[in-house]
Amino acid sequence: MQLMRSIDEKSKHLGKEVWKMRNRVAIIGVGMCKFGELWEQNLKDFTLEAGMYAIFDAGVPGSDIDGMVIGNMSAGRFTGQEHLGAFAVDMGGLGDIPAYSVEAACASGGAAVRQAYMAIKSGEHKVMLVLGSEKMSDVNQTEAMNTISVASDWEWEGMFGATFPALYAFMARRHMYEYGTTEEHLAMPTVKNHANAAHNPWAQFQSPVPIDVVMKSGLLADPLRVLHSAPVTDGAAGLVMCSEDLAKKYSDTPVFIEASDQSSDTLALHDRKSITTMNAVVSSTRYALKEANLELKDINVFELHDSFSIGEIILTEDVGIAKKGEGGKALEEGITEIGGKFPVNPSGGLKARGHPVGATGVAQIVELALQLRGDAEKRQVDGAEKALAVNIGGTGATSIVHILGR
Amino acid sequence: MVGIVGFGVYVPRYRIKTSDIAELWGEDGEKIGPGLGVFEKSVPGPDEDVATISVEAARNAIKMAKIDPLDIGAVYVGSESHPYAVKPTGTIVAEAVGCSYNMTCADFEFACKAGTAAMQAAMGLVASKMIKIGLAIGSDTAQGRPGDALEYSAAAGGAAYLIGQKNPLATIEETVSFTTDTPDFWRREGEDFPSHGARFTGEPAYFRHVGEGAKLLFAKTKTTVDDYDYFVFHMPNGKFPVAVGKQIGVPKEKLEDSLVVRQIGNTYSGSAMIGLARILDIAKPGSKIFMVAYGSGAGSDAFSITVEDAILESRGMVPTVDDYIQRKTYVNYATYAKYRRKIKALG
Repeated sequence: MQLMRSIDEKSKHLGKEVWKMRNRVAIIGVGMCKFGELWEQNLKDFTLEAGMYAIFDAGVPGSDIDGMVIGNMSAGRFTGQEHLGAFAVDMGGLGDIPAYSVEAACASGGAAVRQAYMAIKSGEHKVMLVLGSEKMSDVNQTEAMNTISVASDWEWEGMFGATFPALYAFMARRHMYEYGTTEEHLAMPTVKNHANAAHNPWAQFQSPVPIDVVMKSGLLADPLRVLHSAPVTDGAAGLVMCSEDLAKKYSDTPVFIEASDQSSDTLALHDRKSITTMNAVVSSTRYALKEANLELKDINVFELHDSFSIGEIILTEDVGIAKKGEGGKALEEGITEIGGKFPVNPSGGLKARGHPVGATGVAQIVELALQLRGDAEKRQVDGAEKALAVNIGGTGATSIVHILGR
Repeated sequence: MVGIVGFGVYVPRYRIKTSDIAELWGEDGEKIGPGLGVFEKSVPGPDEDVATISVEAARNAIKMAKIDPLDIGAVYVGSESHPYAVKPTGTIVAEAVGCSYNMTCADFEFACKAGTAAMQAAMGLVASKMIKIGLAIGSDTAQGRPGDALEYSAAAGGAAYLIGQKNPLATIEETVSFTTDTPDFWRREGEDFPSHGARFTGEPAYFRHVGEGAKLLFAKTKTTVDDYDYFVFHMPNGKFPVAVGKQIGVPKEKLEDSLVVRQIGNTYSGSAMIGLARILDIAKPGSKIFMVAYGSGAGSDAFSITVEDAILESRGMVPTVDDYIQRKTYVNYATYAKYRRKIKALG
């Protein structure tokens, strides 16, 4: 925490106060493919699908798009394909526009959104397509696990068998020890998120799951169980973003990015003072709220990175919805349900919408844009005006926060 | 009409409980059986292989059919555990059961449906009058890597069907197949154990192919679920056939009698064929049977079969499927590992 930059210093350095009002970035189109184990589709098929939906939704002619970013963690290992920038532009028939992929482990999607945000904000680009995509089911389970594990500190963690279920199990066990979090608490995000996903036609799992089934599901790494964990998923999500002055030309319901912030933390869990707090989440949320000139109470809907249910509990605390140690209690009290004070993961989250790692950060923004537009149908948070997404990489070594407003 | 003039099965006597396997690997033994729908699986003895199992089943079939083995014009053995990579199992079986030298013979391989593919080939030869009687066998001593999910189900057993036109015990009205290139399960040359695509083996493999095979057969025969008294599906475990039955709309009681997998495991090429034999052991004349075999890689063979009056006279002559299921000696994991040559130091 002592290394955390002071917020004033950061604002001054970036001159954000000056730029903020006169050059906002708008989201004018959103699209997704249905997430799942997409045996009949390859990376190209469903990435194209998500991108086309986003472009159709925006109503933007392809020739107006002047740049593209794609978030992806490891297509090279999962499918053998890299160079996804040119790959996506080529298959989308988008001509000769600049394009590249960005990687920040499970936060790759959030990083792609942020790259486009910065590119538009700088004036370099006017209209950009942002994609997030991952094809995970073409390799066997061991290879999938190894591919994900390289997002940890490989030499100190992954190589010794400290897989993500194991690392998050450490965090869960410690959280239980320090704050009295129970196994029931660990099961609650799953129950809530599955119930939400039942109303999300894009979600991998669209059926509710009772708490006793979650609590009796197979152990992955004690105390974490199969149904505490996000699944292996194929999928892609897309956004069309543009500068504020162009937004009205294309869309009657643009959603604006009020803040985009990112923080880093130690790669390895054991180098942290506390493993029940993600400092990068705390700081990036604070920067983002400051940048948006908002307080947490102003936020109406959240998408928080629940790769494991303990992750949602910790993030609920670290963004400030609950006091440290009371994330489980917040779930118990229904605060984070749709209809509660701070609804978290109306989409179903990573657990039930699915977690194609590179696509997740973009899919979070797709959901929040739909919520702010009032297009989220049966999972709509009524009257949502401000929304916040936290997309993390690894065990929280990268945290990317976006605040959206309408 | 072409039909089954005799059939016989063989299941090795040894059994291991799936709960014993689970215990060794640190899994919850009580959950495994109900979870997989497999409570015990058959284990071949140290001197049993696909050749011996096939011979036992074929002898039963010939005895039941009361035919002269010299009338058999083709012997086809389907398996994915033929004792030799090069050199047919079929020749061993043919000589052992006393066939003529003037006959054709080959080994088949199509994962778990090699035996039903052999039945189809024999049907063609019989229908075209190239041969009088064909012997089609599905038999396996299935392999499962120690600790792999397959180890709970990979079992041993076989079934032999004599296909002919004279006095069939059951007629085969129609057969259709559905075949694609789907790599859900495979074993390369020289490898001891097969590999599989985990959940990929479900929806895009088993369920798609069995479902499509069933659909094709219903369409070709212009029948529905209501027209059949019994259903038999390939049984990789106890869950899949029940689930596919539900998808097709088969009432539980029409499927129940074929589910031999619960007590003997997945006998691979023998699986659906032993399930069919269990039905033929008990079905009344006039009963209609709907069978879909499945083989990884992948394909399904679907058959519409009607039981004939002649079946009544054939009963009681050879051991039934239930006789073999009930004849059992339990072994522990150590003995199982020894019998299945899983102990590497033994060589």
